[in-house]
Amino acid sequence: MNIVVCVKRTPASTSVALDPQTGAVKTAGLPHGINPFDEYAVEEALRLKERIPGTKVAVLSVGPAENDEVIRAALALGCDTGVLLSDPAFAGSDVYALSLILAKGIQKVAETRGGVGLVLFGRQSNDGESGHTTAAVGARLGWPSVISVRKIPEAADAAVTVERLREDGTDVLQLTLPAVLSVLKEINEPRLPSLRGKMAAKKMPVETWGAAALGLSADVVGKAGSRMDVVKMAPVPSRGAGVVITGETPEDKAQALVAKLKEAKFI
Amino acid sequence: MAYEGKGVWCIAESRGGKVSPVLFELLTAGRKLAAARGETVTAVVIGHGLQDAAGEIAGRGADQVLVVEDASLKEFVDDVYAAVLAKLAEARKPRTLLLPATVYGRSLAPRLSVLLRAGLAADAVGLELDAEQRLLVTRSAYAGNVVATVLLRSVDGPEIATVRPLAFERSAAGGAGTVAAAAPDAGALAGKTAFVSFGADRADEIDLGAAEKIVSGGRGLGKPEGFELVRKLAKTLGAAVGASRAAVDSGWIPYKHQVGLTGRSVRPKLYVACGISGQIQHMAGMNASGTIVAINSDAECPMMKVATYAVQGDLYKLLPAIVAEIEKARG
Ligand SMILES: Cc1cc2nc3c(=O)[nH]c(=O)nc-3n(C[C@H](O)[C@H](O)[C@H](O)COP(=O)(O)OP(=O)(O)OC[C@H]3O[C@@H](n4cnc5c(N)ncnc54)[C@H](O)[C@@H]3O)c2cc1C
Repeated sequence: MNIVVCVKRTPASTSVALDPQTGAVKTAGLPHGINPFDEYAVEEALRLKERIPGTKVAVLSVGPAENDEVIRAALALGCDTGVLLSDPAFAGSDVYALSLILAKGIQKVAETRGGVGLVLFGRQSNDGESGHTTAAVGARLGWPSVISVRKIPEAADAAVTVERLREDGTDVLQLTLPAVLSVLKEINEPRLPSLRGKMAAKKMPVETWGAAALGLSADVVGKAGSRMDVVKMAPVPSRGAGVVITGETPEDKAQALVAKLKEAKFI
Repeated sequence: MAYEGKGVWCIAESRGGKVSPVLFELLTAGRKLAAARGETVTAVVIGHGLQDAAGEIAGRGADQVLVVEDASLKEFVDDVYAAVLAKLAEARKPRTLLLPATVYGRSLAPRLSVLLRAGLAADAVGLELDAEQRLLVTRSAYAGNVVATVLLRSVDGPEIATVRPLAFERSAAGGAGTVAAAAPDAGALAGKTAFVSFGADRADEIDLGAAEKIVSGGRGLGKPEGFELVRKLAKTLGAAVGASRAAVDSGWIPYKHQVGLTGRSVRPKLYVACGISGQIQHMAGMNASGTIVAINSDAECPMMKVATYAVQGDLYKLLPAIVAEIEKARG
């Protein structure tokens, strides 16, 4: 089986700041790397490769030339081939447009490598955070999709069985392949790259496909092909200063706290 | 071709004939938009055995309840549900579709967006209209550091948003909506996903995402038994149990309890953090909580700094004292 694992290059989202003049998020100069949620997807692809003989894993990323580094990071862990979908026309794509680019890329991987059985994503990106890309790509391809996968108990060339974590419990579903999945952190413990893997990844070829190679015209990608605009970014208003609960003993403090909670009708 | 949509659809999530109460939050959000545009609000319930639920919804803020039933729709299966809803929307042309930002909504909304050529926004905590009555969605981004406002501008399709649970009040009883059946498109019922089984969480556990009160424990508990204290306080308050990643990674409690960037996003009215330092990845999941209580031995840690009520001390002494005090207060 051929597996495609999709990875995004993102800034470390916990240290972003807003430009006070433009209100835009300043990501230049921030450390960038593979979206942490995607590490679980890469790991799961590699584990499926170990489980199913003859499996090959292709890493796919959409973005500028810098994305080469996250593709190589996945190659260093044991993925077989890398593809970068890159074109100036892709910039500014929302999930609607991005899912089309990804779907075309996946189809081209299928054409050039003799089919694709599974596409894996992380739960969400750490910058956009929508968690919407997986199902959108499923719909673009006309393939079944399941998000929030915590376990893949059975995987074979024709079908997979997955456990989906819901808010009220766990669904077990069987999907006819090809299919698209997003996986949770719970699914595995990602491995670290070996020095040898890192060295080998440096020399591996990474193909780059642009809009023309994917048969995409400029009006269906980027801002033109998107249906959503970000109109404003603002810092989160800070919470007002709180109250320090004082007291001599734990019992005193407990009493003071419970009085406050009672006042607020929590009790 | 320009799309002429009308009305707001609120898509219900249900299991076993029971509708998730997030629908009533969607109805509140949808009502405001519909009123501003002079349109109606429709609740769409899809599944099997939903007649009783439909009656309740009609008396709780929906102008109309559309019931889409079929024995084969008993369980939620992504590709089939999306195809059925898309066929229905193509025929009836709503302007706006709201879904809960749960696993269900995040699975369906993107598929609907592609099938209906709709603009799509995630995780709305606020919904407004711009001067042209297009949907403006507010949401948090970048690990809760940024509030983003996005505009949906599809001209050849509707607009779709997933709405974060507990971001809106639940609609009150009142009004008398109509209930109508809508037969699912037969062609849409064949999918490539088969439902195998469902394993419910323990019935006495409150789901974090829908919880109005949460008590969470972190590394400061020191050992797995610490969660017995956390559970005790949670039970006394009628709260759900949460955890930091450090506690989950230590194997003290299952992952589904994790709050934060790589866990659940929660918005309770009350969040009690016991032995949690308040690193930004944890805060990302809970900084929209109403009242925050921090219980921590370190008065200088970030959680104590953001807390509405900061209680310094050893949680092993404080938690039992707080439980006893609540019991006393209740008499
Ligand atoms: C990509 C990424 C994603 C992450 N996602 C998440 C996430 O989703 N959720 C999450 O929670 N974390 C997440 N983290 C981890 C996060 O950075 C912190 O490591 C974690 O939140 C720390 O958990 P903690 O507060 O329980 O532990 P600590 O930071 O170790 O804090 C323990 C606290 O307990 C207090 N304490 C100790 N003993 C006592 C006592 N007897 N009584 C009272 N207080 C006591 C200490 O003063 C301290 O403040 C993520 C990290 C990364 C890099």
